[in-house]
Amino acid sequence: MTSKKIISKMSDNIDPSLFEFADCDESKSELIGYSNYSFWRSTIQVFIKNKAAVALLILIACVVLFTLIQPYLPNQKSPTQIYINPETNMQYRNVQPNEEFWFGSNSIGQDLWARIWSGTRTSLLIGVAVGLFEAVVGITVGALWGYVRKLDAIITEIYNVWDNIPSTVVLIILTYIMKPSIPTIIFAMCMTGWLQMARFVRNLIIIIRDREYNLASRCLGTPTSRIITKNLLPYLVSVIMLRMALAIPLAIGSEVFLSYIGMGLPVDIPSLGNLINEGRALMMDPNQRYQLFFPAAVISVVTISFYVIGNVFADSADPRNHV
Amino acid sequence: MKYYAIRLLRSFLTLIIVVTIVFLLMRLMPIEGYFTNYDKLDEVQIEAKLENLGLLNPWYIQLKDFYGSLMKRDLGQSITYRPKVDITKILGDKLITSLRFGLVSLTISLVMGLSLGILMARYKGKFWDKFGTCYIVGANAIPAVIFYLLIQVYLTDLFKLPLLYDRTDAKSWILPILCLSLVNIAYYAMWIRRYMVDELNKDYVRLAKAKGLKNKDIMLKHVMRNAFVPMAQYLPASILYTVSGSIYVESLFSIPGTGGLLVTAIQRQDNTLVQALVLLYSSIGIVGLMLGDILMAAFDPRIRLSHEGGSR
Repeated sequence: MTSKKIISKMSDNIDPSLFEFADCDESKSELIGYSNYSFWRSTIQVFIKNKAAVALLILIACVVLFTLIQPYLPNQKSPTQIYINPETNMQYRNVQPNEEFWFGSNSIGQDLWARIWSGTRTSLLIGVAVGLFEAVVGITVGALWGYVRKLDAIITEIYNVWDNIPSTVVLIILTYIMKPSIPTIIFAMCMTGWLQMARFVRNLIIIIRDREYNLASRCLGTPTSRIITKNLLPYLVSVIMLRMALAIPLAIGSEVFLSYIGMGLPVDIPSLGNLINEGRALMMDPNQRYQLFFPAAVISVVTISFYVIGNVFADSADPRNHV
Repeated sequence: MKYYAIRLLRSFLTLIIVVTIVFLLMRLMPIEGYFTNYDKLDEVQIEAKLENLGLLNPWYIQLKDFYGSLMKRDLGQSITYRPKVDITKILGDKLITSLRFGLVSLTISLVMGLSLGILMARYKGKFWDKFGTCYIVGANAIPAVIFYLLIQVYLTDLFKLPLLYDRTDAKSWILPILCLSLVNIAYYAMWIRRYMVDELNKDYVRLAKAKGLKNKDIMLKHVMRNAFVPMAQYLPASILYTVSGSIYVESLFSIPGTGGLLVTAIQRQDNTLVQALVLLYSSIGIVGLMLGDILMAAFDPRIRLSHEGGSR
């Protein structure tokens, strides 16, 4: 009885103003060490400080945007149509860059300007698709590989075998089973590319797997999936972003390589690899070198941009570099 | 020792699995690939040639024959690449050519790469660091073939160097070696810089500074030695891998090396050559990795492999 009395008595003494919403006072919040720290906001802040990376980001955004809208602009030529000179009834072969053909024309009279943007579109599509696939599969497999001890021996063996089979063999058999096309080349590059990512994630996970905070989580009975997604992966965001950003220039590079050894896309699909190859055939003639030079310049700009942006972003996504 | 024995045994098993899988994959290829004039031949001739190559037997008998001859250290004869020539004979000359180029370029890249990396770490944030970073970004990001092509086009004109490789003309060796080294220099410079910067932040460097050691001594005696340990792991593998050549450089300068050999052999379905090459490259990979670990343990006595067997 007494306790009830006291409570009722206490409630009489409580000041109702305590239950009203307080205003947010920034200066007071500093007194108790409250921080409105946000991971992504700090990441962006650090990223913006790097002027070169921001410039490249804008540049690559413009390039990507331009490749998308270029076909819809007025006065654009088709990348695959062969243009014929109405006066002589001959194809416009190897025309030097002029007002009609901004980047010149190639050996069978196609417009290099249109082909370069079409090729950039193809190559970027390949790069982004392969990069995304590698990230998703690589992280999933790598996380399981690193965290689940029972799987370690099995996946390691699979990795050793798969890694030693020349990717050319896989590629040729795939192109033999499927028709050479953009999906085929993406599929083939994904088949061979995710291994490195998985191994990379696995090595990182092994390093932080047995830290105390994970041990604590395990003792508390946290399910494996939750430990992986909440404890381990956030720790790896910066390095994984780096790998993903680097996967895009790497994929573009391997498309060039595949075209070089004659196993890339069919020649009627313009891609940066095919364009480089066409340019290479003519490079011994100093007047024709523009056909090598323009695709080379575009590919360099694209790959360097992705590379630098990826590196700077990875640095800024590392909380140790945050203020 | 026991650790290495177990590891070697496991690697050996992996090797057998790899070779077997590649062997079977090659048998999946269409039979047209074995002929240069498939359309002109009639059924009987095709049968006869396939029979001759032993390709009509069931796959397990072919596999048994393959391992049987392998036991007798016989890699067989080439089928389509250079018909009826022993694989060992084809490989011999090519391996030596590639090895010679590879080793020269590796030496250059190590010397240049390490010096550049040390300079970058020493003057972090200054001119050398910025210069080196630009170089590394360029070399890593741009597909190698692009600057190989530009080098071949412009430097040959500029320095009046021969365009193609000529065995007897030492001047024609300069550009291929330059091309081979460019990417590797960037690679070594990048890693040695990173490891050295990591080491420079450690306490023992601060102690050495507090003791009043000269900067040069700290760099060379303490930091270099520790920073080189992770590099030691890659070294044997990179030395061994030089025999596999470079597909771009060797085809651009028409060097008769091993560079494009695997790709060509696969494309022309030269089964025996593919098997021999896969066997060679896989063994190199396995042995290289292991030698790397041994070297690393030799450089840094703190590393004991047998206790962390699970890490690889």
